[in-house]
Amino acid sequence: MSTVTTPDTAPAPAPTQTSSQRSSTSRFTEAAANYIDERTSISGVVKEFGRKIFPDHWSFMLGEVALYSFVVILLTGTFLTFFFQASMAEVVYNGSYVPLKGVEMSTAMSSTLNISFDVRGGLLIRQIHHWAALTFIAAIGIHMLRIYFTGAFRKPRELNWVIGFILFILALAEGFTGYSLPDDLLSGNGLRIIDGLIKGLPVVGTWISFLLFGGEFPGTDIVGRLYSLHILLLPAILAVMLALHLVFVVVHKHTQWSGPGQTKDNVVGSPILPMFAAKAGGFFFIVFGVIALMGTFFTINPIWNYGPYDPSPVSAGTQPDWYIGFADGALRLIPPGLEFELWDRTWSFNIIIPVLILTGLIVAVLVYPFIEAWITGDKREHHLLDRPRNAPTRTAIGVAGVLFYAALWGAASSDLIATHFQLSIEGVIHVNQALLILGPIVGYLVTKRVCLALQKKDREIALHGFESGRIVRLPGGEYIEVHQPVDEYERWKLVDYNDYQPLMIRPNAQGKITSVQRLRAGMSRWFFEDRIAPVSPKEIERGGHH
Amino acid sequence: MAHDDLSGKDITAVSSAGVSHETAAPGTAVIPSETFENPGFPAHRPRVTDTDPKAEKKAERQVYTFFYLSIVGSIFAIASYMAFPIEDGDTGALRLHTMMLGIGIVLALFGLGFGAVHWSKSLMANHEGIDQRHPVRGSEETRARAVEIFKQANEESGFGRRTLVRNTLLGALVAFPLPAVVLFRGWGPQNENPVEMLEHTFWKKGARLTLDPSGLPIKASDVTLGSAFHVIPEGLNESEHRLEEKAKAAVLLMRLDPSKLKESAERTGWSYDGIVAYSKICTHVGCPVALYEQQTHHLLCPCHQSTFDVTEECKVIFGPAKRALPQLPIAVDGEGYLIAQSDFHEPVGPSFWERSSS
Repeated sequence: MSTVTTPDTAPAPAPTQTSSQRSSTSRFTEAAANYIDERTSISGVVKEFGRKIFPDHWSFMLGEVALYSFVVILLTGTFLTFFFQASMAEVVYNGSYVPLKGVEMSTAMSSTLNISFDVRGGLLIRQIHHWAALTFIAAIGIHMLRIYFTGAFRKPRELNWVIGFILFILALAEGFTGYSLPDDLLSGNGLRIIDGLIKGLPVVGTWISFLLFGGEFPGTDIVGRLYSLHILLLPAILAVMLALHLVFVVVHKHTQWSGPGQTKDNVVGSPILPMFAAKAGGFFFIVFGVIALMGTFFTINPIWNYGPYDPSPVSAGTQPDWYIGFADGALRLIPPGLEFELWDRTWSFNIIIPVLILTGLIVAVLVYPFIEAWITGDKREHHLLDRPRNAPTRTAIGVAGVLFYAALWGAASSDLIATHFQLSIEGVIHVNQALLILGPIVGYLVTKRVCLALQKKDREIALHGFESGRIVRLPGGEYIEVHQPVDEYERWKLVDYNDYQPLMIRPNAQGKITSVQRLRAGMSRWFFEDRIAPVSPKEIERGGHH
Repeated sequence: MAHDDLSGKDITAVSSAGVSHETAAPGTAVIPSETFENPGFPAHRPRVTDTDPKAEKKAERQVYTFFYLSIVGSIFAIASYMAFPIEDGDTGALRLHTMMLGIGIVLALFGLGFGAVHWSKSLMANHEGIDQRHPVRGSEETRARAVEIFKQANEESGFGRRTLVRNTLLGALVAFPLPAVVLFRGWGPQNENPVEMLEHTFWKKGARLTLDPSGLPIKASDVTLGSAFHVIPEGLNESEHRLEEKAKAAVLLMRLDPSKLKESAERTGWSYDGIVAYSKICTHVGCPVALYEQQTHHLLCPCHQSTFDVTEECKVIFGPAKRALPQLPIAVDGEGYLIAQSDFHEPVGPSFWERSSS
């Protein structure tokens, strides 16, 4: 994008050597670099990006964790493809795992058992693959929360939010398709639920299920089809979207926190070469190491305990992988009796409503940046992050969304909660239903108040300084605590933030007030009616004589 | 200061922040007339390794020790691969193999990771670098040139002028992927109707009830009071589509005190001496309703907790399912074995659009 080179303030040590002192290695490096550059003009790339600046903050690592776990998934997944056979042809298991010897199962299940029990290192790689997938989705989720709560989705990054959202959906799809491949009892029941869910959709459900499974459930096609999706189609789209996501990070340059010296017109941090490359490269190995550690010591998805898929048995306490929990929970929390027969057709509202609620939740996440941009009407570029407290309504909405998700997610374990804590399943479901509605409302109200209170505290500190803990007794006998003023660096962090006020309705050129404008004004009032303005220099002046 | 940027014209005089190249509308943002000055960077604070040569040497030693450890880890992993085989099918050996191999790999990865991060944080120059941002939108010049290029291309091709050419092109582009969509019809079998298939199961008149999974027939006298059996129709294990048939035909068989069973008029004769048979496939989304509470006579689906009362013809008493589990009418044959009187009288399993009770 930018062609202007960076004025680098760091006094870089000059690496130029006189030609007489050159060692043979440096001569070789030079020759090799020359060879490559004359064929690729790569020096331009190095010039452009070699000293590109990346800001530093722990929360910026979350996206990196997601990226690195994806690399781990690709590496381990490729190893697994050499041994896994995506076929549902029935075989009699005759591998090393004694309890399942002689049991009829699909080739998919039997080859997964072989990976676990007969291929050296196979179990380790399988477990690393599964743990990496769980880390991937978790990291994406937390990364999205970071982006949301700091307002990093604002212009010019709205489209990258959309791409990131697509990546999240793709990650869920990758997770579910991969989870279903071994054709074990647990994942088979997961597919059965998907089948029932699809069949419950009006008009098209029966046929979609029929096409997906190649006939009746479970059929002999689904594992092969999910395999194509899991290792070919979905990863291809994911890789393209990921590349696009990163290209946009380069185009926009990374956001940063507001701070002394850090303005909306600069990026402060470390250059790619050498600092950021070393740090990020090292961090990749640490992420990989942590995932490998989990794969080494913690069993995940022990399919040998579940056995092959059979539509009749099921174990108590069946659980999907955690990231599917919110969808499963939605199915559990729907009130009873919501199915009707009308015009000789079955209307399964016990399916349709959860599906609509989940779709609504997901779409709300997708469109939020556009809604907020419409409400504020702010067309400026934003490169400085908001502290969550400085956008109280946004933060409160986010907390409400998290609690809504959490109630759905918790409901997916309703049976385990009931058995662990000796509660009735009815009680657990009813409490969860209440939490689903009340949790977000209470969470919203409390969060908004907490944000405003924190803003007030910030104002107070900026105006009157912080409590020094030093108690002084005045001649009159009065005790006071001495407040120490903050220095200008500390104060800057407290006063530099975006402030909006509610929109005033004004007639347009035709002298009319449209309903769209009324809606926007209403939303604007909802967002910005309670606002704490940042401290101004005048206030400080006045505060001095306080 | 309120701006409701409907026109976008009343806010041109916004640039108060000095360095700004901002001309875009701030919407309802409040632009204060007077702001604090950004105090600029605080003084750079050197690290211990910048000032103390001993600390620097120590950090250097630590970094290469990490990298040495990484090499040791890689070698250890390769050695473990050979030293701890798993061929004998013994789970203890498998556990040891996985653990030793894993420890080696983790050591190799952590050594590299911590070494590189430590190097960057303690030894590499850590002066703040600064990049200037530029507006994401192209410069006016570039944008004008882009518009010009499009105009010229339009001129040279006649894309806007030759409307029929353009519209037929768009039509052709819309139509050409459609055959690919149609091709996906091949995902399902050609000559089968899913609705018909969902309405019938493997059960037929006279089919014996047999144990799941062994397929051994069940004598009525073997079903003691309070017991429950997982049941499949006779011959299912040998059928061509075993799992598909089982996904519809799986049945739960229970014997209750006959006085406890509340049977409706049209279902009299469907049970035998307190023995009742119900579809095991949940009417919600099709999980097996596998948990039977003997004391309360409730059936519980472990997937979404739909609960069915066996004494009341398995109607739903809790959970997301709406319909009762379909009942299989049973009788006893000449040899005392339990048999089905017929197939189910309604489709089993999850609801589907075309399903109707009539």
